[in-house]
Amino acid sequence: MIQAFPQLEVENLRVGGAGFLVVDTVSFTLCAGESFGIAGESGSGKSTLLLSLMGMMRQGLQPLGGSVRLNGRPMLGQTDAALAAVRGSKIALIPQNPVTALNPSRRIGAQIDEALLLHSALSARGRAARVLDLLGMARLPEPAVTARRFPHELSGGQVQRAAIAMALAGEPDVLLLDEPTTGLDVTTQAALLDLLVDLRHRAKVSMVCVSHDLGVLARLCDRIGVMYAGAMVEEGPLALVLARPLHPYTQALMASIPRLGAAGLPSPIEGSPPSLFHLPSGCRFAPRCALVQDACHSLRPELSWVEEGQKIACLRPNMAPAQVSHPTNTAFAKGAPLLAVQGLSVSYAKQGLFAHKAPKPVVEEVSFTVVRGEVLGLVGESGSGKSTILAAIAGLAVPTAGHIRLMSNNRAEDLAARATTRPLSHLQSIQLIFQNPDASLNPRHRIIDLLAQPLMLYGQVPRSQLRAKAADLLAEVRLGAAMLDRMPAQLSGGERQRVAIARAFAAKPDLLLCDEITTALDVSVQAAVLKLIHDLARKHDVAAIFVSHDLAVVRAIADRIAVLRNGKIVEINTGEELCARPVDAYTKSLLRSVLEIPLGAIHSHLPPRE
Amino acid sequence: MAAVLLQRIGLALVTMVIIAVVVFFALELMPGDACSVNLGRGASDSMLAACHIRLGLDQPPVWRFVTWAGDFLRGDLGISMQRERPIAEIVGWRLRNTLILAGVTSVIGIPLALGLGVLAGLNPDGPLDMAISGVAIFAMTVPEFISGTLMILVFSVILGWAAGVVTIGYKAPAFELVKASILPAATLIFILAAHILRMVRASVVEVMQSDFAQMARLKGVPRRRVIWHHVVPNALLPAISIIGLTMAWLLGGVVIVESVFNFPGLGRLAVDAVADQDLPLVQAIALLFGLIYVLTNLGADLVALILNPRLRTRRQ
Repeated sequence: MIQAFPQLEVENLRVGGAGFLVVDTVSFTLCAGESFGIAGESGSGKSTLLLSLMGMMRQGLQPLGGSVRLNGRPMLGQTDAALAAVRGSKIALIPQNPVTALNPSRRIGAQIDEALLLHSALSARGRAARVLDLLGMARLPEPAVTARRFPHELSGGQVQRAAIAMALAGEPDVLLLDEPTTGLDVTTQAALLDLLVDLRHRAKVSMVCVSHDLGVLARLCDRIGVMYAGAMVEEGPLALVLARPLHPYTQALMASIPRLGAAGLPSPIEGSPPSLFHLPSGCRFAPRCALVQDACHSLRPELSWVEEGQKIACLRPNMAPAQVSHPTNTAFAKGAPLLAVQGLSVSYAKQGLFAHKAPKPVVEEVSFTVVRGEVLGLVGESGSGKSTILAAIAGLAVPTAGHIRLMSNNRAEDLAARATTRPLSHLQSIQLIFQNPDASLNPRHRIIDLLAQPLMLYGQVPRSQLRAKAADLLAEVRLGAAMLDRMPAQLSGGERQRVAIARAFAAKPDLLLCDEITTALDVSVQAAVLKLIHDLARKHDVAAIFVSHDLAVVRAIADRIAVLRNGKIVEINTGEELCARPVDAYTKSLLRSVLEIPLGAIHSHLPPRE
Repeated sequence: MAAVLLQRIGLALVTMVIIAVVVFFALELMPGDACSVNLGRGASDSMLAACHIRLGLDQPPVWRFVTWAGDFLRGDLGISMQRERPIAEIVGWRLRNTLILAGVTSVIGIPLALGLGVLAGLNPDGPLDMAISGVAIFAMTVPEFISGTLMILVFSVILGWAAGVVTIGYKAPAFELVKASILPAATLIFILAAHILRMVRASVVEVMQSDFAQMARLKGVPRRRVIWHHVVPNALLPAISIIGLTMAWLLGGVVIVESVFNFPGLGRLAVDAVADQDLPLVQAIALLFGLIYVLTNLGADLVALILNPRLRTRRQ
């Protein structure tokens, strides 16, 4: 076996600004042909680390120490011209959001051609042919047509393929991937990962891949590092780290990921990551760590070897790994029917003076029922109509056919098409929680004002009791009463979503409509929100319709799951049955596309290296 | 593309009709009419009646609107009361003169504004940006009758480079007018460039921060090429509609600037017509201003449509 030579060496890298550190003393080495993954939640410093590998610093940041070397040459403190010569030709980036990362007013072909112009000696004709080659390599249909397109004329997955073609144009030695599949549908994501795995072997590039999704890293990488609050807390061969995480944060992170295979809710990590301005003096994870000791608060652990191949930064390295256990999802007892949707169709009419095309239905002939206290999951890819169904139930989208009945005062009542014409009792019964709490909470209202509105409107709570009632609601979502006088911007994303949930429960609803409510959250926070919805729904006997693109998330929380495709329900069944014995071909393909993290069996040998 | 184009043109036509209706009936609502205003208080009933018949004012208003608008379409703008001549003849020359002034202003002012805006935006908060933005804010704040007077003071009275007041007649040859329009144009450029360059500066700053500008640098594109190939083309797109609006503003600006410099254009004619209470002439000029406003904005829309692929094609 030939000893692989180091291609990229990062040594004690520190990146930060005035009074804060984003990347704190990180070291790792990438050998030729190797693929290294960096896992971490938002704010862990993983993207900043990735950019500094190319000598790029975001505004307000600068290297504060350490070094980055590419093929032995330093990447930090170099002139623009020196960096321009290396970027794209020796080291290339596949961006996080390709739709905004490509120039909107230049054709795809021209943008790839530019990379060739800068990094190859090809003639104009040679470049034109190479552009088509590269697009073909990225498996884009009809390269000649795609080359003539503008970025906005392609789908998200296609633009990402174009960005991959662009990154490969300079034949780099090292390819950096920044959340390469975030924001894509699961089936698109699966196809893209296949492409990347294939390219890695064919183009013989080394990779550094950053993602919050361990499933993505599991597909692409041989080794991974786990980052928390700017520091690398665990590093080792992928199979080992996933099978036997040694750092308490890695263990907790793994436990917070919902899995298709394991029934029940994932375990949340309590608390939230530290602010970069007020990092704890000892171990950064100590305030959230279940196994914390006194020494953890004062001593800073260093990343050091503990097992063959595995390093962790922890003061108690010889602890046996904690068992990854999922709290059980309390079984739900079948109750009385609450909501019946029958033959529901919705189409959005084209707006404007010159509209003439007949609108295509977004939701077509959808029927289902929801029983009191039940959580029904709606899963589907973007454009499947899942959010539109919620909008129709909430009275925000007008159905073109079908009706929606709600059990109210012990009799089935038809829901009016528009929320504005519904009686107060119907409005109170159905509460909607939106995907993005940043946008759904009025930024100019204090938390108390946000909660007071439904309390006064639906609960007739007198002014003198508002504060106490609002504090009770916050306690239910496990937030302190001190939050009442804060503004939404002073809260973290997870806390804001809890406030949104408290606001929905303030109305004492019978049915909650949850529209991708965990999509914008980190996994550890997502687990907490899922548990909260589950507990509150059971406690107050509230039913919920939980919409998500993520089958594993839906599986964790829902009693029954409906799979949507192109506005139609293709399969509806209990979560267990649907995942164990899918009937519809589309359900099967969705299940196959879910990136499960290999658990359990530790591979007896490391993956082979060339 | 064709549908979007037709839609814009259709909307422009609708707007023009609305402008015509408003201009016509606004004057209709005023007390008195062209005859009573022209003949004055001492006019006898029979003189008024004769005048009404001569101008067709005895007809019902809607019918008069239709004939007025129809005549307008054929290029017959009616007859001036005070000047006793066809309005088309009076307005035609002045329109040419104003277009010359506007032309000189935009040919020099727009490229200047774009260039300065890009320069300021590339080094935001640097000394160059401070100087350019400072002068621009000053220019936007000072009304044109003051900046115009200052121009006359500096360039004509003190330096003696150009005549302070235009003395040539409205039928003067075009090149004479180009020469005469230098100081008035400078006054207009001062303000027009300020508005456009502020917009371009903000746009360049924003695009420099964009993902795709950063991506271009990470692709190994040298800084100069990032600026000219990626940043500037995208930053100028939003400037197009601002240019359209500013051009339309020019028309309002010329009314004052032409008066200050005694420039024989449409703006000064408008002021004179109002002073003389020459209602048919006021009506015709108001409608012309309205149409030019709509046409410049339509032009800006179409240019934006051609240059911006995101507007040109809808997502499939």
